[in-house]
Amino acid sequence: MKQLLILSGKGGTGKTTVAGAFIKLNNAKAYADCDVDAPNLHLITRHKDMPIKKDYYGLPKAHIETNSCMGCGLCQTNCRFGAISYNDGYFVEGNACEGCGVCELVCPAHAVSLKKAVAGELFLYKDDSVFSTAKLKMGSGTSGKLVTEVKKQLIENAKEVDLAIIDGSPGIGCPVIASLSGVDMALIVAEPSVSGISDMERIIKTARYFGTEIAVCVNKYDTNLVNTERIEVFCANNDIVYVGRIPYDSAAVVAINSGKSIVEFDCPGGNAVKAVYARVIEIMQKKGDL
Amino acid sequence: MGTNKRIAVLSGKGGTGKTLISVNLAAADGNGYYVDCDVEEPNGHLYFKPQICEEKAVLVLIPKVNYELCTGCKDCVNFCKFNALAFGKKVILFKEICHSCGGCALVCSDKAITETEKTVGIVNIGISENVKTVGGMMNTGEASGIPIIKKILEYIKDKSGYIFIDCPPGSACIVMESIKDADYCILVAEPTIFGAHNLAMVYELVRLFDKPCGVVLNKCTDGHNPSEEFCREKGIEILVKIPFDKELGELNSNGKIAVREDYKNKELFYSLLNKVKEAVE
Repeated sequence: MKQLLILSGKGGTGKTTVAGAFIKLNNAKAYADCDVDAPNLHLITRHKDMPIKKDYYGLPKAHIETNSCMGCGLCQTNCRFGAISYNDGYFVEGNACEGCGVCELVCPAHAVSLKKAVAGELFLYKDDSVFSTAKLKMGSGTSGKLVTEVKKQLIENAKEVDLAIIDGSPGIGCPVIASLSGVDMALIVAEPSVSGISDMERIIKTARYFGTEIAVCVNKYDTNLVNTERIEVFCANNDIVYVGRIPYDSAAVVAINSGKSIVEFDCPGGNAVKAVYARVIEIMQKKGDL
Repeated sequence: MGTNKRIAVLSGKGGTGKTLISVNLAAADGNGYYVDCDVEEPNGHLYFKPQICEEKAVLVLIPKVNYELCTGCKDCVNFCKFNALAFGKKVILFKEICHSCGGCALVCSDKAITETEKTVGIVNIGISENVKTVGGMMNTGEASGIPIIKKILEYIKDKSGYIFIDCPPGSACIVMESIKDADYCILVAEPTIFGAHNLAMVYELVRLFDKPCGVVLNKCTDGHNPSEEFCREKGIEILVKIPFDKELGELNSNGKIAVREDYKNKELFYSLLNKVKEAVE
């Protein structure tokens, strides 16, 4: 299976809109949403069957058995995450605990144990196509690991499929790094604003650091032509494959709010996404991916 | 003693306008703090263009193996819950995924592991007109910005005045760190079902922490607004509706601060500021 990942660095540039359109255009049989902090792709993809749900266990969390605790405080002194507090006895602040196990290691009274903790939920839609997605539990911290599970679930259930389209998450940290693993091409959806440019440069650096091939397109290009041209020059100067411009189109909001993809409407935005899609597929074919 | 009021600006979804709102509020207030907690993709500095007064490296501890003392018992590898250590012919460290818990050094019975500092990013303090800016930037390739956010929050702990915190997107632990000590939360939402869905998530988070909050509806058009419906349904206060506006979009995309420019609707930001101040005072 070849993997095409949609990224952006900055949030809200149109990753999910582009991913949704690509899924439609490709009639994709396998796709995933790796934005486990704020998943949205399921809102615009349609499935006959309900998803299969599975609890996701992050790292276990420490628990202090009050009856066995001698009150020495070694757990608190050694915890690097400030997760152990004292209030008439030592206790663990669940949200701060990263499950490293140091407290369990240092406790002379064996009062600490690590307990399984649900950190999110995985969803698998499997009918005409396979769609893997997940939702991280509020305040959980192991989003990278959950992203890895989302991808594993996709690959296991769609081995025969040639191309999978994967919606990424914003930022450049752990969930993004996890989503990059095994990807054949990352399409970066940039936005022509000073923020969008700065964020695009940082996601390009990150993707290159992990050796992923990239291509760039600009969304809402007509909201700032000068910045769009800056992005195009940046790509040319840095040997980055540039796959086109998509105009701002109010039809995008209409499409989203009716649970559809922009390419299901005859509009300038939709047509531009089609052209970007054709170029990306052509590049992947030339590379020998498809 | 001065007052200290922390206003956290957040949204589940990215790109809804957190930075637009927090930058303009801080600029409208004029003599407080603007704090950028989005250390993966910080943008506030592109607007304030602050004069940087102080820049500090953020260091974390990572293990260092003394191979002369290491007997290859693999206790460290087995202990590490993050799989940051592996054993080939010798112990190998994947430093990007190390959480700096220090467990490997503790568990090593041969005293072969010590800890050494590694830079994961920076924190910078600056000033723009009378607004103090605090921000950070994670090095690319790093997995977690939390140590940097912790440093930022530590810095503002004893500061007085209005402190506007621009949070990272999502609802994960990184956001919790940023809102834990907030006096008020502003939730910024777009008029789409994506926006409403993510607003619901972040509203749940704010409720979990029992924080007072209100919503800014951004990029509003004439069409129906799922985020607005959500607010009405839940009885959440709508602080202000900012219309979709090419002029504001262009100012913002060029890194201009609307309240510092001759922008026709800048009153919107002042009225938002007043509402928030009333709510916390």
